[in-house]
Amino acid sequence: MRPGVVVPLAVFAVIAVALGIGLQLKPSEIPSALIGRPAPEFALDPVQGTDKGLSSADLKGQVSIVNVFASWCVPCRVEHPLWEEVAKTGVPVYGINYKDKPQSAAAWLASLGNPYARTGADLNGRVGIDFGVYGVPETFVVDANGVIQLKFIGPVDRNALETQILPKVRELQARKP
Amino acid sequence: MNRFALVLLAALWAGAALAQGLETPLPDPAQEARAQELHKRIRCLVCQNQSIHESNAELARDLRVVVRERVAAGDTDEQAVAYLVSRYGDWVLLKPPFNGRTLLLWIGPALILVAGMAGVALYLARSRPTGPDLNPLTAEEKARIAELLGEERQG
Repeated sequence: MRPGVVVPLAVFAVIAVALGIGLQLKPSEIPSALIGRPAPEFALDPVQGTDKGLSSADLKGQVSIVNVFASWCVPCRVEHPLWEEVAKTGVPVYGINYKDKPQSAAAWLASLGNPYARTGADLNGRVGIDFGVYGVPETFVVDANGVIQLKFIGPVDRNALETQILPKVRELQARKP
Repeated sequence: MNRFALVLLAALWAGAALAQGLETPLPDPAQEARAQELHKRIRCLVCQNQSIHESNAELARDLRVVVRERVAAGDTDEQAVAYLVSRYGDWVLLKPPFNGRTLLLWIGPALILVAGMAGVALYLARSRPTGPDLNPLTAEEKARIAELLGEERQG
């Protein structure tokens, strides 16, 4: 083929591939700046009606899942049963209750069940900001050294749980600290 | 305005302030001005292309408060911005920084312009006839052309 044909065709192909990749991206999912960094220092009182609060020290010692939730967050309701399931397998699931009214959060956990081994009531959202949270739900996988290894934005469905979150948990559990 | 109306107005105003979550400007006007300039540089993460200065989103309000706190705590502009970048990444800046990862973003348009101009220059250079004509007209063809042109002039 002549270069007069090949060159425009090649340019078109490059642009088409670049735009195609662009279409696959999800601009609403902001990459976390915290992957590979220790979880921020914090200490939160437990959500009303539960007895164990959550602090950064609790995130050390074993691989854990930190789920940011709120009673006003509708998608949180959707992913809630999955956390019950994960908690039963022995992986600690911790809940950060983001900018919620204490009584609403308590009622929410009372009616849907409480899968969280520990909860922290982040009443003013400052711990959320330290975690780079900009929407709820968000979920973090934290390794045994308290380092954030994965961030999942939005409600976790079964597919995300089994293809992203649990494999990461198992990979980190296999890694001896 | 009588006293009752004043009290009513004050009560309404307080209500409005509470509804906004008590976002109070910094007491020092210079610091407040700096904080507001910083607000314009920070992206509202839930609205994506608004700054937190313009956005009414709750997270934007929280971040405005954070920036004011950093400024009041004596942070320089860079330190206050770095505080947010360490949590939300470069994305939180409306104007991306110039670094290795954003090099293509910044110089990409210039590269495309240069490539386009080179393409046009190449095309023009090629289309201009240069060098000896490899397929010259034969004597017969020249005679035929002269004949035709002669006809035209006469006709």
